[in-house]
Amino acid sequence: MATKENGPPAWDPAGLKEEMLRQYPPKVARKRAKQMVINQDQPSGAPEIMANVRTIPGIITMRGCTYAGCKGVIMGPTRDIVNITHGPIGCGFYSWLTRRNQTDASAPGAENYMTYSFSTDMQDKDIIFGGEKKLEQAISEAYDLFHPKAIAVFATCPVGLIGDDIHAVAARMKKQFGDCNVFAFSCEGYKGVSQSAGHHIANNQVFRHVVGNNDEPKPGKFKICLLGEYNIGGDGFEIDRVLNKCGITNVATFSGNSSYDQFASAHTSDLNCVMCHRSINYVADMLETKYGVPWIKVNFIGAGATAKSLRKIAQYFDDPELTARVEAVIAEEMPAVEAVIAEVRPRTQGKTAVLFVGGPRAHHYQELFKEMGMRTVSAGYEFAHRDDYEGRQVIPNLTVDADSRNIEELEVEPDPQRYRARKAPEKIGELAQSGLPMKDYEGLIPDMEPGSMIIDDLNQYEAEKLVEMVKPDIFCAGIKEKFSVQKMGVPLKQLHSYDSGGPYAGFKGAVNFYREIDRLVNSKVWGYLKAPWQENPELSATYVWE
Amino acid sequence: MLLRHTPKEIGERGALTINPAKTCQPIGAMYAALGIHGCLPHSHGSQGCCAYHRSTLTRHYKEPISAATSSFTEGSSVFGGQANLLQAIETIFTVYDPEVIAVHTTCLSETIGDDLPQIIDKADKAGKIPPGRRVIYANTPSYVGSHVTGFSNMVKGMAATANCTGKKNGKVNVIPGWVEPADMEEIKRLAALLEVEIILFPDTAGVLNGPLDGQFQMYPPGGVTMEELKSTGDSTGTLALGEWCSAEAARLLDTRCKVPCRVLEMPYGLKATDRFVDALRTIAGVSVGDEINHERGQLVDMISDMHQYFYHKQVALAGDPDQLIALCEFLVSLDMWPRHVVTGTPGRAFEERIKQITAGLPYQVNVKAGAGADLFLFHQWIKNQPVDLLIGNTYLKYIARDEDIPLVRFGFPILDRVGHQYFPSVGYKGGLRLLEKILGALLDRKDRDDPEQSFELVM
Repeated sequence: MATKENGPPAWDPAGLKEEMLRQYPPKVARKRAKQMVINQDQPSGAPEIMANVRTIPGIITMRGCTYAGCKGVIMGPTRDIVNITHGPIGCGFYSWLTRRNQTDASAPGAENYMTYSFSTDMQDKDIIFGGEKKLEQAISEAYDLFHPKAIAVFATCPVGLIGDDIHAVAARMKKQFGDCNVFAFSCEGYKGVSQSAGHHIANNQVFRHVVGNNDEPKPGKFKICLLGEYNIGGDGFEIDRVLNKCGITNVATFSGNSSYDQFASAHTSDLNCVMCHRSINYVADMLETKYGVPWIKVNFIGAGATAKSLRKIAQYFDDPELTARVEAVIAEEMPAVEAVIAEVRPRTQGKTAVLFVGGPRAHHYQELFKEMGMRTVSAGYEFAHRDDYEGRQVIPNLTVDADSRNIEELEVEPDPQRYRARKAPEKIGELAQSGLPMKDYEGLIPDMEPGSMIIDDLNQYEAEKLVEMVKPDIFCAGIKEKFSVQKMGVPLKQLHSYDSGGPYAGFKGAVNFYREIDRLVNSKVWGYLKAPWQENPELSATYVWE
Repeated sequence: MLLRHTPKEIGERGALTINPAKTCQPIGAMYAALGIHGCLPHSHGSQGCCAYHRSTLTRHYKEPISAATSSFTEGSSVFGGQANLLQAIETIFTVYDPEVIAVHTTCLSETIGDDLPQIIDKADKAGKIPPGRRVIYANTPSYVGSHVTGFSNMVKGMAATANCTGKKNGKVNVIPGWVEPADMEEIKRLAALLEVEIILFPDTAGVLNGPLDGQFQMYPPGGVTMEELKSTGDSTGTLALGEWCSAEAARLLDTRCKVPCRVLEMPYGLKATDRFVDALRTIAGVSVGDEINHERGQLVDMISDMHQYFYHKQVALAGDPDQLIALCEFLVSLDMWPRHVVTGTPGRAFEERIKQITAGLPYQVNVKAGAGADLFLFHQWIKNQPVDLLIGNTYLKYIARDEDIPLVRFGFPILDRVGHQYFPSVGYKGGLRLLEKILGALLDRKDRDDPEQSFELVM
């Protein structure tokens, strides 16, 4: 075992950092050194980390592109929008059904285009002469075939280079159809430094073209939106189950198990609950500025965190009936959770985890591991920004560079008809006084133990060093990392799309996760890596055949 | 229904591809490059391309797929990707120490017009390529052809490294095409049985079907070596398996080094394997031994034993041209009836060959390649003319479930089953495996559907 519970790590973080940097060319080493910090107890707050910067060419990175963040992550989970990829065939192919975001399209007449991949399949002649005509015809064909509520167009790399005006085409087609909202995303893969830019581009366009289109009030007394929850493995289903049980109405999820109408009605809720701070905190800000809906940070990963988040929502609405109901639900759900913790904990206590996932999961999942008595000794994000590490107080000091400057920031003003401050400023102040600050996120680093190692944009080479030196009991990352880590005898749990299984959110999800991690860290297979004759190569005796 | 919006009526579509039966060139180039020993594939484009290809190949093989990227940003898209590639070459050789980097382009770098040979030459002159190491390349514009074209282009890039010394090495080049690691192994086994020395390229056996033994080897023991590739220019001849996957590389060796070539169909099924063995025997001037005759006989035996279950069963197939041609021929040889055949990879010759193979059937087969040949159309054909069996990649499971038709997974990608890494489909042994899978699917369905009174114990 690499570490003992509550004891100092058996590996030296400074030594690990040095080892990781040793092989790099000097320029690379200098840059990477700023993206690795050792967490210390310090009064001045979290140590500064460099994040959201370019990956060095040639490095085997975990990161993907802007298109993947836009079409794959944010828009992928919405079932009733026809998503047309404008480009050569690959991008539309790879983002077809590969993210495990579930949707419930069982209502009679419900539309579900998530099982389809739509593309203009650009050919060389389209690259040479322009692809606008083909795009226009493709949109028209999609409309004639399906008559959807909305058609979305996604730009791939060459589209930006050849200068197709996808927004003009979309506007023209929208006008022509009359009953179908058509909008486009300039999410060329080369923009930004990671998927994060794509999340931003996607959310901006949903905010601009869809949110606010349906003013019809939704039934329910306590109405929220859930922002940054993608229903991987059914997480959103479990969160909705718990919310329903508490009497809380989820008007819209951005974007797990979502539909067009949910986005269109999002401004009618009274509170926004942000799960994935990275991909969507700016939408929460815009919803507040334009419509007067405040936001809080929640986390439904971990049974304790789920209970805490429900209590935060109840505290916000400040209704005795809701508070009582939330407490009753927590009391009803927790025994089953505690029973499983008691069962698995003897097998998981003191084991160590490292978490390198896109955004908040590298933070949120530490809750679940804590509940099992496991320690997270190293963690980092694939595409998050400094505020996700150090807390939102750093936002005013973030440097704008050539890459982030290219990502549009919407100028938002209060909507003359629809703006309605849900809480008076003094009430917001009171809530903050009583422990519920609005728009607050402290980030990952303050939650990690001293001596833990935080690494931004971890790559394959560093992951290998990490496994060799830290020898964690479990590694959490994505599909590309999975098998190189497992070859070294350490189980890897995918926390982007969960491999298989889920949900892991909420109370039932916590139980699923405890069982899954117990299965992985205690699997018999890790004892089979050496054959008997490899363990005892010396022949001490020979058989004598009678 | 999973594909509830697919109508039975087939309308005109000229611009919208729905549910493609192909993907883009670079992933084929990456797969081919993994079949070179000590090679790190490199994607010259945005990070997403490399991430998508690695993810898809990882899901298909359940093995680590190492590949690097030029990580283009907006700046490189405006000013060109030379600086990125130069830095990538330096970083890769310093950090990952491969014997060879195989660079392929993407739609982005092709649209910009980056000149790979010029950039690689510059890297070499700047001393960024250590002595004895190589950087090879292929142009793989995503807006031309398909993943099969990209595979073919990288294989051609391998052939371009051949040296023609004029001194024959006595070996036969075999270009297997886009087949699985297990298939590559099987081709080598058959050649060894014939006692023919071959250079197989690419060769992913031992690379993408590795063991779990506590070690991560970034460059596993398998793969064709750069030395062997160099020597392909001195071989007796080249057997290229598959017109779409392999012929270009073989023809390049012919024109560059005067290595004569023959292009065969991929050795799936009885007849195509017969032709492969016969060609290898003829080129090498050897006779076929008992072991191969025995294996062939076993395949014929199984066809005869179970013929009643194959007879006149209708099949819809989607996949890649070289594989589909050989499979259709195999099915017809079993008295099965291909009914609908679709590949997203363009090629009129494909449609003609499928029509020729199915000429003796009592109907005209639906066949389409290239533009408009997608799984949406394929599904519509099936709705109009139902079939008994589907053969194709994992995406077909949505059609299989909606239409309640058994599916045999074959091709790329297979994201939800295992076995393709380990058990061959080529050769006579591979034929047995294909029959086992087809029979399993058909007979499981029969067992499910037969009424109780006619439920059979013995089949």
